[in-house]
Amino acid sequence: MRHVTQLATAALTALAMLLPLGATAQDGPLRIEITEGVIEPLPVAVPNFVPETPAATEMASQIARVVTEDLVGTGLFREVPASAYISPVTSFSAPVQYADWKAINAQALVTGAVSKDANGRINVKFRLYDVFAGQEMGDGLQFSGTEAGWRRMAHKVADAVYSRITGEGGYFDSRVVYVAETGPKDDRRKRLAIMDYDGANTQYLTDSASIVLAPRFSPTGDRVLYTSYETGSPRIFVLDVASVGRRELPTAGGNMAFSPRFGPNGQQVVYSMEQGGNTDLYSMDVNSGQSTRLTQAPSIETAPSFSPDGSQIVFESDRSGSPQLYIMPASGGEARRISFGQGRYGTPVWSPRGDLIAFTKQNKGRFHIGVMRTDGSEERLLTASFLDEGPTWSPNGRVIMFTRETQGAQGQSSLYSVDISGRNLKPVRTDGGASDPAWSPLQR
Amino acid sequence: MSILPRAALLIAALALSACSTNDRFKNGSGTGAGAGAGAGAGAVVPGSANDPRSPAYFQQSVGDRVLFLVDQSSLTDEGRRTLDGQAQWLMTNTDYMATIEGHADEQGTREYNLALGARRANTVREYLVSKGISSARLKTISYGKERPIEICSEEACYAKNRRAVTVIAAGGLTS
Repeated sequence: MRHVTQLATAALTALAMLLPLGATAQDGPLRIEITEGVIEPLPVAVPNFVPETPAATEMASQIARVVTEDLVGTGLFREVPASAYISPVTSFSAPVQYADWKAINAQALVTGAVSKDANGRINVKFRLYDVFAGQEMGDGLQFSGTEAGWRRMAHKVADAVYSRITGEGGYFDSRVVYVAETGPKDDRRKRLAIMDYDGANTQYLTDSASIVLAPRFSPTGDRVLYTSYETGSPRIFVLDVASVGRRELPTAGGNMAFSPRFGPNGQQVVYSMEQGGNTDLYSMDVNSGQSTRLTQAPSIETAPSFSPDGSQIVFESDRSGSPQLYIMPASGGEARRISFGQGRYGTPVWSPRGDLIAFTKQNKGRFHIGVMRTDGSEERLLTASFLDEGPTWSPNGRVIMFTRETQGAQGQSSLYSVDISGRNLKPVRTDGGASDPAWSPLQR
Repeated sequence: MSILPRAALLIAALALSACSTNDRFKNGSGTGAGAGAGAGAGAVVPGSANDPRSPAYFQQSVGDRVLFLVDQSSLTDEGRRTLDGQAQWLMTNTDYMATIEGHADEQGTREYNLALGARRANTVREYLVSKGISSARLKTISYGKERPIEICSEEACYAKNRRAVTVIAAGGLTS
């Protein structure tokens, strides 16, 4: 059963239509240098947005709430509660009373307004203020979209605020595809699900009749590769997110194929295929269905991931005797080992910025999610638990989401996220058990 | 690294007896009227676990699985003995095909364990072929760590989950 209501894809348009307030140069502009790792979260006030039409009243406060949750959820901001406000914001165009916001130490202030037009379309506009500098940061922006897409508009506002204050790209207007799990460990049912990055708007993409594993987004987020047992043995499928239609990739008949991942052009797929007990890497052009063999070794080669420029592939191999990470040209050829620490390394994923590789590490009976530079240097472990695995990057390369499974007969899987600084480890809300997350690119 | 208690093996085999394939009833010979009726003490009920030609017998008496050490896909001495019995049974009962399912314990990543399960299944397949079973009768599949039979997070359970199970199904080449 696949009862997926297609997301009313809000045609979100960002119009820089509002005039900036008269701004003067200040020293010490509001800025979070997140590469340093933030100790003290920046206090931000996001008063309820002003409803400019009566029908928008409820949505105006909901949007402010989502913006606040997005910002606070990064660990870089903390909310200045409404109970502390000295002056309410009742008009979007009235001048900001900086003294009132300074007095309660709100360093950033986000104001906004929401209206609903005759056709039911929602308009959201916002401004961001640097309270202590006494000036607006950047120009006001307006987004418009369908009512069903209101959360996306809130995420767009939060992305803009985050981006202006940190200087980094945002990641809130994104989705996560994952494996939803039900049932005990020895009778686990799995189906593909997709949700907003914050757990809202969950939809199921497959039923749980057969095992599904490790979904991966295409570079534009319109398609998902995954492994399914629906034909009896593991095979790779590609699923169109909008229509939920799926087809099996034409990998060689009779062999188990798994661990697929798109290349940055969205046409090439790299994957593992097993033949006579031996697993090697292959790449396929999804349009022609033509496959090329990339590795020829008696060892296990799996979990491949492209560099963002498509020129290289990082993967896992036990050719040295235990699973380690290697990088080779995308066309195959000589591979160099990059992991040399203690323990076993797996599921490497190249960051969207190209600078880091996230991985799963198993050492002394514990699992870790870690990152290292692409030459293997500066390895840092971000998490530790009974079982952490399968990292996926936020679109801006700042946050990693992964699977955490608890120990024992009642063990359950759930999703967690952690900043690449190692801070802000927290569970990701899902409906029930969840594993194998894959983060989409930012939506357009 | 652990030594497997022999009793554990046996218990695991017995525990699985409920999962045997239904197909054998379609293809079994001599299951005509009255075959089951009035079977007295010591009588062999075709298709039951005391019928040496039945998949249930294969499962419970021959032993349908071999276990592996941590991260290993090579056979233990005990595993070879079990497979010798499997080969003998398959030689006698040519009406049956076998699917060898490779499994791993929950230590290790999903992808690696899929590949490891394939290695284990193939080790069994190659051993049976070396004992004269036609490779056309043997299929392999890996479930990685997706289908544990024991659910504790201790070596006692892991040891039983690191397994290759030979599942018998009707459909011989010459029937």
